[in-house]
Amino acid sequence: MLKTFSIGGIHPAANKLSAGSAIQALPVPEVVKVPVAQHIGAPAQPVVAKGDSVKVGQLIAQSAGFVSANVHSPVSGVVDKIEDFVDGNGYRKMAIVIKVEGDEWLESIDRSADIKREITLEPADIVKKIGEMGLVGMGGATFPSHVKLSVPQGKVCDALIINGVECEPYLTSDHRLMLEKGEEILIGVSILMKALNVAKAYVGIENNKPDAIDHLTRLAASFSGITIQPLALRYPQGGEKQLIDACIGRQIPSGKLPIDVGAVVQNVGTAYAVYEAVQKNKPLIERVVCVTGKTLARPSNFLVRIGTPVEKVIEAAGGVPDDCGKVIGGGPMMGRAFTHLDVPVIKGTSGILLMSKAESQRAEPSNCIRCAKCVSVCPMGLEPFLLAKVSAKGLLDRAEAEHIMDCIECGSCSFTCPSNRPLLDYIRLGKGKVGAILRARAAAAKK
Amino acid sequence: MNKLTISPSPHVHGGDSVKRNMYGVIIALLPAWATSLWFFGLGALAVTLISVASCVLIEFLIQKFVMKVKTTICDGSAALTGLILAFNMPSNLPWWIIVIGALVAIGVAKMTFGGLGQNIANPAILARVFLLISFPQQMTSWPKPGQLTSYADAATGATPLGLMKEALRDGKSVSEVADLPSTTDLLLGNMGGSLGEVAAIALLIGFVILLVRRIITWHIPVAVLGTIAVLSAIFYLADPSAYPSPLFHLLTGGALLGAIFMATDYVTSPMSHSGMLVYGFGIGLLTFIIRTFGAYPEGMSFAILIMNMLTPLINTYFKPKRFGEVATK
Repeated sequence: MLKTFSIGGIHPAANKLSAGSAIQALPVPEVVKVPVAQHIGAPAQPVVAKGDSVKVGQLIAQSAGFVSANVHSPVSGVVDKIEDFVDGNGYRKMAIVIKVEGDEWLESIDRSADIKREITLEPADIVKKIGEMGLVGMGGATFPSHVKLSVPQGKVCDALIINGVECEPYLTSDHRLMLEKGEEILIGVSILMKALNVAKAYVGIENNKPDAIDHLTRLAASFSGITIQPLALRYPQGGEKQLIDACIGRQIPSGKLPIDVGAVVQNVGTAYAVYEAVQKNKPLIERVVCVTGKTLARPSNFLVRIGTPVEKVIEAAGGVPDDCGKVIGGGPMMGRAFTHLDVPVIKGTSGILLMSKAESQRAEPSNCIRCAKCVSVCPMGLEPFLLAKVSAKGLLDRAEAEHIMDCIECGSCSFTCPSNRPLLDYIRLGKGKVGAILRARAAAAKK
Repeated sequence: MNKLTISPSPHVHGGDSVKRNMYGVIIALLPAWATSLWFFGLGALAVTLISVASCVLIEFLIQKFVMKVKTTICDGSAALTGLILAFNMPSNLPWWIIVIGALVAIGVAKMTFGGLGQNIANPAILARVFLLISFPQQMTSWPKPGQLTSYADAATGATPLGLMKEALRDGKSVSEVADLPSTTDLLLGNMGGSLGEVAAIALLIGFVILLVRRIITWHIPVAVLGTIAVLSAIFYLADPSAYPSPLFHLLTGGALLGAIFMATDYVTSPMSHSGMLVYGFGIGLLTFIIRTFGAYPEGMSFAILIMNMLTPLINTYFKPKRFGEVATK
């Protein structure tokens, strides 16, 4: 029996429409808009001004604190303006707008196609390098990578887990990357192992990608300590907690982090970026974006410069279909619906999913019939029906006691509910309020 | 430019619906219903039609004229209640008693509490118990199988559980009980009883349908039947002359119908798997106690009704296994 996580889970239709389409480099656009906050944590501080000339890979915004990340210019050209814009989620954010001129790269970046296997940097320097190059979690969470690699004192990491699960329906960018850049990914994994001083790494891949499993297993034979771990198909296996449970059978207790069970999790996309950063001296300036949808002309995987307008990426895949009702950044289970399309691709944009008008609408909710299916599918062992109810009623003490903060917002409950109840909407509402109470309590305790 | 729909994730739905589950249970009940028609003929047909029609009609009237809300009779839940209520009645029950039963099920047990999902007791069971207490004679005169063209005029006899109870009360031993159906007849349903409870094999086919279509999980039926089997086995092994065998317990009365189709009612059963096991154990225990030591030959409906009342308590104390709560493997 294939390994998988212990509790709950669902089987949404995979719809991996773009799985067969090889990664193509998208032409560099005329203008890019590069937000200074593409990661979790403090926004980076711009270090260029209007009118400055920049090259590809040049630092344009400096990390502002420990949990923050550098931002580099993805193009060469002139800084046109630095201004606020409304991002895809409707928030105002600062961005550096660059008019593209040519494609001139910093000379320090190794652009050759040669694969460089030998790891010369020492662990501390690797972590420093990864920080300098502005790496963040590429799966969508965008947590600064160097922070994850800085194991706190007193904690020991003994297993590196690499997330090649891509359990979100539709998305195929990680799948293609594993097929096309397998060796680079495994070198990246080795670099991460060296940085963390661990002897074992597990690359978790679901068995709906047998080609990727075969390919990486063959390659892994020449790397020491890397296990390719096939996993049974089940959503949300790509969740950090679920993946650790599936790969090494350790469950993170409530409120704890992966490092508390001795694990660090990184995405395969991040492992590839680590290879490029450490071996090729290349900052995070482009990424693979999967553009997909049932009514889209050509579902594709593109290598896209950060800051490229989402509209341009969709155009390259055949343009926005007439009956498009919703455009999602990310996958259909956890992605966010864009408020408008004049937004840039950022470090965390793993996919752009276009849904038809019919697919975009939710069905009318009806009474909860207490079928307990939401309880059965919750991968955290929570009771979504109850959390939604107490959240809606504002019973925040009860919500906290019922572990509302353990919810990973995977959406399995809403997906499953036969009454179409918007369970996760209510739970998010409750989480927001309970989270605020917890922060206030922690602040009061500090005083 | 198109207008974009903005909504939080998830953006897809699994396609399950209340209708799919309700009609799914109805489909799973059809093998047992077909068996009933085979053994009880016209009577079974008449009782079922009257029960289903009155449940649906009463729900419609209450929603339309009393609650003044959008009617939801198409979701299949009223029809399902009607069908299960019919399964709990003898096939010669007069039509007006059936209508009273439907009124209690839908009107009192379900709509009074706010309709689907809000009731605390299983509507069909509450109605059955109400009728059993109000019309004890009509509710316990069981037509003998094989009278295909009779309805209220059918010749009646006792159920196997009734025969057993009476004989044991008269001081006879289990082996001396006369007129008990053979094991084959028990499996097929060739015996007296409520119209839907007799067909053991057909009910088990329904169980498989429910499991395969993921309408219910195994926990409640297995807990109920397992508890009855274990308890009756202990007593049977201790004294086979005073206590009937586990097989007899499982194949007679409402054991299978109750465990598979009534105890598993979504609304009135617990939400966690551990809670479901406790609830099922309680039903099995109470059923066995009532059958063995109580005044009634059968205790399934009382047991389910009592455990329905305990469901909120079970939900409070039996939570699902939380992620990270257990020691690492």
